[in-house]
Amino acid sequence: MYVLSAIVSLTLLGLFLGLLLGIAAKYLKVESSPIIDELESLLPGSQCGQCGFPGCRPAAEALADGKAPATICPPGGSALAEQIAALLGLDLDLSEVKEPELLVARVSEDTCTGCTRCFKVCPTDAIVGAPKQIHAVVADACIGCKKCVEVCPTECLQMHPIEVTIRNWRWNKPSVPEVSSAVC
Amino acid sequence: MLSFFTRQRIRGGVHAEEHKTETAAQPIVHDFPLPKKLYIPLQQHVGKPAEPLIRVGDHVLKGQLLAYSQGMISAPVHAPSSGIILDVNDYPAPHPSALPIRTIVLETDGKEEWLEIHPVEDPFQLSPEDISLRVGAAGIVGLGGATFPTAVKLNMGRENHIDTLIINGAECEPYLSCDDRLMQERAEQIIDGVRLMLHGMETEHAVVAIEDNKPQAFLAMQTAAASHAHIDVIQIPTRYPMGWDRQLIRYVTGKEVPVGSRSSEIGVTIHNVGTAYATHKAIRHGQPLLSRVVTVAGGAVKRPMNVEVPLGTLISELFNFCEVNADETARIIMGGPMMGDSLPHIGLPTVKATSGILALTQAELKDSDEKPCIRCASCVTVCPAGLRPLDMANNIRVNQLDAAVDIGLKDCISCGCCSYICPSNIPLVQYFKYASGEVMARQQAAHKSEQTKRLIDDRNARMERIAQQQREEELARIAAKAERERLKAEQEATV
Amino acid sequence: MIPHLKPTSGAHVGAKSSVSQIMWQVMLAISPATVFGIWCFGWPALNLFVITIVSAVGFEAFCIRLQGRVAIPVIMDGSALLTGWLLAMTLPPWAPWWIGVVGSGLAIVLGKQVYGGLGQNLFNPAMLARVALLISFPIEMTTWANVSPLFFSDSPGLFESWHITFAGLENLDATTGATTLGYVKTEFSQNRLLTDILKDYSGFLNFIGWTRGSMGETSSLLLGLGGVWLIRQGVIQWHIPVSLLFMVAFLASIFHIMDSEHYISPLLHLNSGAIMCVAFFIATDYVTSPNTKTGQMVFGAGCGLLIFVIRTWGAYPEGAGFAVLLMNSATPLIDHYIRPRIYGRDRKGKPLEIPKS
Repeated sequence: MYVLSAIVSLTLLGLFLGLLLGIAAKYLKVESSPIIDELESLLPGSQCGQCGFPGCRPAAEALADGKAPATICPPGGSALAEQIAALLGLDLDLSEVKEPELLVARVSEDTCTGCTRCFKVCPTDAIVGAPKQIHAVVADACIGCKKCVEVCPTECLQMHPIEVTIRNWRWNKPSVPEVSSAVC
Repeated sequence: MLSFFTRQRIRGGVHAEEHKTETAAQPIVHDFPLPKKLYIPLQQHVGKPAEPLIRVGDHVLKGQLLAYSQGMISAPVHAPSSGIILDVNDYPAPHPSALPIRTIVLETDGKEEWLEIHPVEDPFQLSPEDISLRVGAAGIVGLGGATFPTAVKLNMGRENHIDTLIINGAECEPYLSCDDRLMQERAEQIIDGVRLMLHGMETEHAVVAIEDNKPQAFLAMQTAAASHAHIDVIQIPTRYPMGWDRQLIRYVTGKEVPVGSRSSEIGVTIHNVGTAYATHKAIRHGQPLLSRVVTVAGGAVKRPMNVEVPLGTLISELFNFCEVNADETARIIMGGPMMGDSLPHIGLPTVKATSGILALTQAELKDSDEKPCIRCASCVTVCPAGLRPLDMANNIRVNQLDAAVDIGLKDCISCGCCSYICPSNIPLVQYFKYASGEVMARQQAAHKSEQTKRLIDDRNARMERIAQQQREEELARIAAKAERERLKAEQEATV
Repeated sequence: MIPHLKPTSGAHVGAKSSVSQIMWQVMLAISPATVFGIWCFGWPALNLFVITIVSAVGFEAFCIRLQGRVAIPVIMDGSALLTGWLLAMTLPPWAPWWIGVVGSGLAIVLGKQVYGGLGQNLFNPAMLARVALLISFPIEMTTWANVSPLFFSDSPGLFESWHITFAGLENLDATTGATTLGYVKTEFSQNRLLTDILKDYSGFLNFIGWTRGSMGETSSLLLGLGGVWLIRQGVIQWHIPVSLLFMVAFLASIFHIMDSEHYISPLLHLNSGAIMCVAFFIATDYVTSPNTKTGQMVFGAGCGLLIFVIRTWGAYPEGAGFAVLLMNSATPLIDHYIRPRIYGRDRKGKPLEIPKS
């Protein structure tokens, strides 16, 4: 008799808790996070290929698989790396990461023929101009993907580092004099 | 009644060695030889740079407008002397980086020919708006170092109904004594400038606050203000950074300016004594801002002095005049030793913001030998803004900039008290300046990547639209062709 | 032309104080009490003092060398010297040599360097070592020598002192006894009453330090003077010592008034044990105490409360070491919750509201 009551009560308990779980699963459902889509939406989406992957979608997939570091995207810089790390819950040590030197394209006015090939391939419409007229690059919109450099027939497009001006000059980080974290 | 809850009036701060006596004891020097060339940057103020309206080769008169202000917040630039415009191009700026900035180069002819000027007989007949306009046209900016266009501040004062105008005569930075001398020698004119500012802002009451280490300046100002009941001259304790506008506002009025608001929103406006003097000259005499008093001091200076120089004078000429020993100079500083920045060389012009140029010897400088932080918390004690510099610096050292922002990085005013007091010689302020720049750069980068994404989406949409259009045209063409052929076939059939 | 210099931010001038200067000032402040203590307890105390300090500096140098750095400049900041000194002050004066060495090792290696060196440690190194020694070697750490000043005929001579320090103490009963607090605690357990226990107690002798106790902790007078001098010099703030002493005095007064036969008086509390040394020189350690004045008051009051509780109801007669360690562990918490108000913001960090006029 005791055995029976034990079986019955435990079965009822199990059923009740199972029901609770079922209800919870239905009403407290967490939308499964489509991590790759989210990552792709963070990435610039210019398919520039500077990361070594054929586009932003494959890069997002690699990130989601853990095959690529959070610092994968050069145009995004450390700001993007931090967002990716936060999304993936990675520990990001930016002190080890050298901020890659950002380059922008510049048109050499002597050799440009106004062939319009470069502004057809520019993913961000950063090149302005008209057929048979010298083109110019809007430095603020250039992401340094070098696609224009590849198609230019006269090699008049070249990559240059972003110029430091009084407006974007910044203070250096003070150098730390000696190791303070070494363990005895 | 609620005196229990009133906030303490001075918070934090340090008392540094003053080093003011040498320059404060002797009169302002006026016989500075006119330089052959003046380098006049187009941006000597907060806001948009001025736009030049002269051309290379033009002959200009003293006081002539060289570049006009553009936009809401800007200030014009005038010719400090008569002569010929040699160049309008990029020249090194008086900035720690000495990077180039657009500059007008004026070759002086030594004649000092004035433009025709129009003094005003009774400026109190002018409308307040007219006062603002004239102050703006004279190119006057905050001469305490903030260089915010004064006319804009006067307008804001009128709009916000100011109860108290505070005139900042604290001059709390060590070494500097240009305001001190100005108050001693030109008290009448300063008080007149204050009255004009009051008129321009439609304000009834002004308080001139002077640190109690300047008794002569106080006396002179008090005498000058004696006949004006609505201008009080008060002494305030000598404690850096007393001249920080918000500290002074709290001390004088007991009110605290909320973060993210302007002082005019709580009914207070603050101007520097030098600005008041410039206002007097602009309104009474019609003279734009062409020169300023600069303190040249420091251990490497043989003849330290306050000297009135035309704007655009190269620091090298100032140093020649004051006999600076180049070998002993370990660091050149623009401004005071607490908040000023080092300059990489002396081929840079003096500008409206230049209150002092210091040539300090190694012995005067703080040790640069950095030791580990011992958490002595002196920096917390001296911080006038109520921050915890040691924790902020620790976060920045390991690149946790967000954490530093969370505990108040953006409320740091770079006053330098923490760096001054630190027994471990940690360059705290430089950490904060670095981090602020970096945070801004990251925000810009994030903004740029958003822009980039928008551009790419636009482009993709456009490409899609073009492709769609082409497809439709293609379909239409095929349909038309089919229609034609059908018609043709029908015709053939009928025939 | 003056050469190209790299951009440097203010402040370009600085206050004339440095880490080593602070350390030397503290050492100066504790030296009267130390000298008096060494005089009171004779040559063996001096032996132990020297051994503890030398080994502390030695351990520091060893750790720095292990990190591949040059030891001399780090030693010169005086922090290891001070740690060794403070530790020596809290040891029984006739303790054997190895107590000093082990204590220094615990303080420097475990208490400081494993955390990353100066400024990184969570606990006060000297107190950590003292408590670890007390728990590990209860006999040696509670054998208190009688007062036997240098150059007195009854006191041990130089050779005898080497025997005491290096070979151990013989004839314990003749030369040692209990501290006031220890004596009171044992006699309470015999159900004796306070007036009876303290028949022979002299407040004055305890005040100047003529009593059994740790090497440098006995003289309330000299410690207090040193502490007040440090406060006047601006090296330490008054908040921690005052709140600590006040808290102990306050609690002791309440209980003493309620039952004067079973709770010792506030004066006796303040005048005995490690309390003066801890209040002025241990609890005020920059590294392990809170950053804000309010936080320091809380910290001091917490130390005082724990000292009183351990002394009154705990198993140990003196609780200053435990109290400081416990409050050290609360320091990060105190710093997290007690922050200065930022200008223009309220306590929660929101911008102030513009008052409606």
